Amino acid sequence: MDLHLSREQEMLRKMYRDFAENEVKPLAEWVDENEAFPEETVKKMAKLGMLGIYFPKEYGGAGADVLSYAMCVEELSKVCGTTGVIVSAHTSLCAAPIYENGTEEQKQKYLPKLCSGEWLGAFGLTEPGAGTDAQGQQTVAVLDEKGENWILNGSKIFITNAGYANVFVIIAVTGITTDKRGRKKKEISAFIVERTDPGFSVGKHEKKMGIRGSSTCELIMEDCVIPKDRLLGKQGKGFAIAMKTLDGGRIGIASQALGLAEGAIEETIKYTKERVQFGKRISQFQNTQFQLADMHAKTEAAKWLVYSAAMKKQNHEPYTVDAAMAKLVAAETASDVTRRCVQLFGGYGYTREYPMERMMRDAKITEIYEGTSEVQRMVISANLGVN
Amino acid sequence: MAFDSKDTAAFKGVWVFCEQREGVIMSTSYQLLSEGRKLANDLGVELCGVVLGKDIKEDYLKALGGYGADKVYYCNHELLDVYTTDAYTKVICDLVEDKKPEIFLIGATNIGRDLGPRCAARLHTGLTADCTHLDVDVEKYKAFLKTTSTIDVDNTKFEENTNLKMTRPAFGGHLMATIICPRFRPQMSTVRPGVMQTQPYDEAGAAKTVIENVDVKLSKEDIHVEVVEVVKAAKKMVDLIGADVVVSVGRGISKDVEGGIKLAEELAGVLGGVVGSSRAVVDAGWISADHQVGQTGKTVHPRIYVALGISGAIQHLAGMQDSECIIAVNKNETAPIFDVASYGIVGDLYKVTPMLIEAIRAVKASK
Amino acid sequence: MKCIVCVKQVPDTSGVVAVKEDGTMDRAAMATITNHDDLAAVEAALRIKDATGCKVVVVSMGPPPAEGMLRELLAMGADEAVLVSAREFGGSDTYATSQILAAAVKKIGVEDDDIIFCGRQAIDGDTAQVGPQIAEKLHLPQVSYAAEIKVEGKTVTVKRLLEDGYMTIKVQTPCLITCVKELNTARYMSVGGIMECYQKPLEIYNYETLKDDPLIDVDTIGLKGSPTNVYKSFSPPVKGAGMMMEGADKATVEKLVSILNDKHII
Repeated sequence: MDLHLSREQEMLRKMYRDFAENEVKPLAEWVDENEAFPEETVKKMAKLGMLGIYFPKEYGGAGADVLSYAMCVEELSKVCGTTGVIVSAHTSLCAAPIYENGTEEQKQKYLPKLCSGEWLGAFGLTEPGAGTDAQGQQTVAVLDEKGENWILNGSKIFITNAGYANVFVIIAVTGITTDKRGRKKKEISAFIVERTDPGFSVGKHEKKMGIRGSSTCELIMEDCVIPKDRLLGKQGKGFAIAMKTLDGGRIGIASQALGLAEGAIEETIKYTKERVQFGKRISQFQNTQFQLADMHAKTEAAKWLVYSAAMKKQNHEPYTVDAAMAKLVAAETASDVTRRCVQLFGGYGYTREYPMERMMRDAKITEIYEGTSEVQRMVISANLGVN
Repeated sequence: MAFDSKDTAAFKGVWVFCEQREGVIMSTSYQLLSEGRKLANDLGVELCGVVLGKDIKEDYLKALGGYGADKVYYCNHELLDVYTTDAYTKVICDLVEDKKPEIFLIGATNIGRDLGPRCAARLHTGLTADCTHLDVDVEKYKAFLKTTSTIDVDNTKFEENTNLKMTRPAFGGHLMATIICPRFRPQMSTVRPGVMQTQPYDEAGAAKTVIENVDVKLSKEDIHVEVVEVVKAAKKMVDLIGADVVVSVGRGISKDVEGGIKLAEELAGVLGGVVGSSRAVVDAGWISADHQVGQTGKTVHPRIYVALGISGAIQHLAGMQDSECIIAVNKNETAPIFDVASYGIVGDLYKVTPMLIEAIRAVKASK
Repeated sequence: MKCIVCVKQVPDTSGVVAVKEDGTMDRAAMATITNHDDLAAVEAALRIKDATGCKVVVVSMGPPPAEGMLRELLAMGADEAVLVSAREFGGSDTYATSQILAAAVKKIGVEDDDIIFCGRQAIDGDTAQVGPQIAEKLHLPQVSYAAEIKVEGKTVTVKRLLEDGYMTIKVQTPCLITCVKELNTARYMSVGGIMECYQKPLEIYNYETLKDDPLIDVDTIGLKGSPTNVYKSFSPPVKGAGMMMEGADKATVEKLVSILNDKHII
């Protein structure tokens, strides 16, 4: 078992870090304060190949690996949770399912544009009545009379990147089937929908507690007509595709959570070495030392879960449970660490002059989206055979 | 006799390259002549100025004697009017090869730092860049070390010789190095402008100056670049981050905001820097946000940071405490800014700053 | 056409500067970076590559770990790298360094339409001497302090900084240009570039490789061939706790200014 990064991965880490420090960090406060989607940053990341890190070069990707992608989201999230999730949603929830399930034509059509950042990607699964419970889907897709086009009707909510995305992987119900035990079940399929498709529109923009620069909107499909060849994967395989996509997405979100925790610790170490109370630097108090030691140890533990899940995905080993554990632990660590860091910052931590309260707000979402912590526990316990 | 830079015994005299721009000798040249005079006296040799240009006024050449030159080598040629590396290198190297000076000082201006290395490479000798102190005499050098270094001078062995000891900062002043060039001549050095003191002008010296017109051998074929234009820029506004000197104001200017900022501007002007501020001043709307130094503003590390009426909140300190020299003026003697200051004055900025401006002006004028 | 860029790996002095007991810099204890002016030179060359498709070769003299820096420059987009590294080259001053680098550049080959780039100066020495001295050794015209560069065919137009303005200078290739960091903002390495950088050619030039060049002579390279030597090196007195001036009157202010003046702070 090799726990060392390759020399390329070490270089990538350095590059991500430089980029995050110089290009992302200076905007983080503004992005949060103004709920501004950092379009310019996305363009810069695209130019550097950060929007197609682990896809092969033949599809316009950078030819790196899943761990290199996870580290990218991690480094970005150390300084800005919003920027981290933009890359995560684009890569894991849109480019990845097209790469893993698409026909050669679909891959040729979409991946080069997604990898180059000409197009941004998003994923539409959640609906007002179906979040964690994917079977509750209401969006329907029917083939038209001639059998040439799919017609989609319904709406999706809480869609990351929605306001700026050009390509959406949409999950919809394509019929009713009967399972082995004779029970009726929705047949679910996945589609690729383009922003310019007739009948497709982006609706209400959500106002959120954290990751405020991330564009989270509603998607509306009213007799949205797309060509037949936009079906992604086989008809009826949509639920499996969605679940597999979320497995990958969880590595991205776990990386985001990991980055937030690490970023908070870095800021706190710096602060506690400067801030003087009772004639001492607060880093000299044992409470500060022990708190930071605990937080660092927990975060390192989360990191190895995240990296191990990423490496398993890279090696095409089963990683569903690994991704669930990584996300569960990293997200809860991020929430806990950022909250404790605010406390160490004291009053300043509660002000918007320092990044700590923003990091705490950003961290909370990692326990919720792409499967809540409770869902991760369900995945893990089911795997243990506890039912 | 062929030129051989290793034949150290054949070299004699101290030279200073006296740079001119648009026919006017640059003040750096006077500083170098003043310093060169001391070296020439210690060695008991002649000090010569070297001027390259076209139709330079004789008064200007004579004036070099007023700052210590015994002789001026004047190279007058149409192609020397505006600086080009090729022309200047050729003419200087020809002259050095002919006259063989033992020491050759050049101002470390953007032109001097282009010319010096090229000449040294052609002459096959050493060149020390951007020197801030020069000695030939070991005792004088030891005296210099006593005040500026941590070396235990009295218990350290020093090689006795009259080689030029060229001292220069390295790593932004974290280290100082004294360099010698024992085996080759001339011993060349570029000297940082503004560091050496200009001695008072001596009328009698000027009158005695010997001007030697040099027979310049130069043709267009020697020059491989074309100077299309020379543009004198109006003094460019320097941004905070790149600034060499930052004078910042804090809440202490509340008594008279306009006056306080004006004083800071004036002090920054004298020191060649820009005006910064604490967060409080920006928040109060007294100055625009691009001036703000600190955690939420800009992080600066200038050579000199002057804090006027700034208490030194942690968020401000985070943005400036790595400055090389911090000078703080504040009424409150317990202000945290004094903990990071290299020099502190407890006093009213409206009284102290004008005195500072005046004293710095006086020192600058004497150079 | 090609661009050859000379670069140096330097200690990162923006962080903690480690000094050994004898007063010299403890380079081993410090992180290393690519010298800022040299990065601007690399970027200048890469922009010419973007416009013309020319080849960019980066060359550095230094110990074997400098390969890491060269790989990073390859990841930014340079095509080939040369590491000039040999025990015989150690201890070189600027004169000797330029002899060696000039020989290396000759070995790479300077053609009619090539441009050689250097940074103006390195942050560990601040001499600004190596660029012009390489140009002299190669008998090439030089333009230093470049703040703007335009290439049209074999004509290079450079905005050369002066303290009080600038000169516009035209020069024909082959030529050598030294760049200031204000010239541009260097690009980041790209993900794809990083994945490729270890496949790109990186050659090591050692003493054997260069020894037949007349510039490489025991009398002109290394510590022994360097015209200048360090006589003494020392640290300035430790920056102790600050000095609180007594009083706030004219005499106090004048005393402060005279201290500042004596220490060459103003």
